[in-house]
Parts: sequence; C-alpha cells; structure tokens
Amino acid sequence: MTADDGVWLYSITTDSIGDAQLAGVTGVAGEPVRAVTSSGLVAVVGTVSLGEFGQEPLQRKLEDLDWLAATARAHDAVVAAVLRNGPTVPLRLATLYLDDDRVRLLLTERQEEFGATLRRVTGRSEWGVKGYGDAKLLSQDVKEEPSSTGATGKGTAYLLRRRAELSAQQDVERKAAGHAGEIHAALLDQAVDGVRRQVTDPVLTGRRAWMIFNGTYLVDNDRVDGFTALVTALDAERPGITLELTGPWPPYSFAGIDG
Amino acid sequence: MSEMVPADDTRRIALVDLLDRVLGGGVVITGEITLSLADVDMVRISLRTLIASVSALVPDPAEQDSADG
Repeated sequence: MTADDGVWLYSITTDSIGDAQLAGVTGVAGEPVRAVTSSGLVAVVGTVSLGEFGQEPLQRKLEDLDWLAATARAHDAVVAAVLRNGPTVPLRLATLYLDDDRVRLLLTERQEEFGATLRRVTGRSEWGVKGYGDAKLLSQDVKEEPSSTGATGKGTAYLLRRRAELSAQQDVERKAAGHAGEIHAALLDQAVDGVRRQVTDPVLTGRRAWMIFNGTYLVDNDRVDGFTALVTALDAERPGITLELTGPWPPYSFAGIDG
Repeated sequence: MSEMVPADDTRRIALVDLLDRVLGGGVVITGEITLSLADVDMVRISLRTLIASVSALVPDPAEQDSADG
C-alpha cells in the first residue's frame, strides 16, 4: 500500500473466514480481497487507489450509472462470496478507510455491536417480495353492479353509476392496500423480521406494471422452503396481484448499525 | 450515456433492487474518509435522473406508436 491507497470495506464476518476462503475473489477495482482480523472479527477489504476511489472522484463517478452499476455488482459479489462461507454484515457501498490499522481499530471498538449483528443474521438470509397489481382484475372484484331491482328511476341510476365510476379508482386503491397489508402480515409470520419499503417508481423499474407492495424479509434458512411456498400460495390466491420473489440476498436491510 | 445499451426489464429491476440495497442498506460507518453515502437521498435523486434518461432513450414500443402517430 502507498499513501495514495485506501482500504475499501465490503463486509464484516467471523474470524473463521480468512484469506484462504477469499482466494480468487476480486473487488470493485478488480483487486484481490483479503481479511483484516482483530478481536475475533474479520473485515473483508480490498486496497484501492484513492485517485479513483477517494471522496472526490467517488462523488463524481456515482453520477455515472454504468460505473455505479458495475461497482455495485462488484461490491455485492464480494459480499455474496463472504456470505457463502459464513454470516456476513455487509457494509454500505463506498465505505473507505485509510489503512488496515484503522480497520482493526474499528473492529475492536465495535466488537460487541458487530458480534450481536452477526449472531442475528447467522443462518438467515434476506428475501425481497414485490407485488404488482392488475387494476382491471382488482376492480372486477370490487365493482358490484348496482342491482336494477328497486324503484330507482333513470336519473338516479345515472347518478349511481357516475358515483360508482368516481369511487372505483379509490376502491381499487383501497383494495390493493388491503392486499398489501395482508401479504406483509402473512410473510412476517414466516420470517424473523421484515420491513416494507417504498414502492419503486415505474421509471426505475422500466415496467409499466403498478407496484403495490415492496417488502424485504429476514428468513431462517431452514424455513426458506416454507417462505417461498407461501409467496407462491399468496400469488395464486390473489388473482389481481402478481408477486415476485428475489433472493437470497446478503442481509443488507437487516444489518443496520449507524454512526 | 448515449451509448448505454438498454437492459431488459429483469436486469433493470435487479439493478434497482441491488442499488437500493447497497446504497440504502448495509452498515453505515461515518468518519475516516468513508463516503458512506450519508447523502443517500441525493444519490437516489441523481439515480432517478440517470435511469429516467436511460428509459427516455429506450421508448416503450406502445408509447412510440402514439408518439409517432
């Protein structure tokens, strides 16, 4: 390492993982990754040039989607490689230290927190569930044609129909929200923890589909089959809703230690 | 950006999922020269702009019909 080098942090894991397990794994700069050990913990890091990955160049490059995508994939690939060997606390993208000694200091200072988080995610993985709504199918469910029985006149019938049209959209949205709540509750039941995230802007997904639900769950590895079966069942029993499952992810959403 | 090849839907969704996680999740450690993206919101806004501009380069076929017609 030279003065122009920095240390990029990928993840923190137990000291049962060492350089042997990391052989052949490369990071965001194509650099080999390695283990920095202290206090029974390992930080998986790579040496990168600060000329390329220092604060200023980073700020600029983050604006480049191609670069960001490649970097995010490389970062995630290292985290995933570590995860295959044991519990893993992923670091947020672009966490850099000046040298290994400072990384060791971090491990020592945060030993307890990291240890607790590692125990929490051991034997578990993160799964994402998204729900897309079909407004037409959902509204078919909702719309009860006002029956023609009864002594309503033509004008009343018109007004009723008009009002039904106006409230149809609200009904569909209410119905979708109801489904989303039920789906989340059912999934939470099979998971250790779960959070609902903001639904993704269709601009970002490039899909025309209407996303009504976006959840992420921490699931015991030995209950994953039950969890995926539940997603399939929920998907099948709700004709107006299509569920999409992604995972297993490293526990990005459940490793939160701030500060 | 103009040479950006459009990803298919699946890949783009996967990328958005991934970016959401690596930019919005994971352990945040401040200090040192960590960027740590404390300003995640700002990054997301520029991401939106970027991806939106990608989408604009790759018009939806259905939309293109109405735009041309």
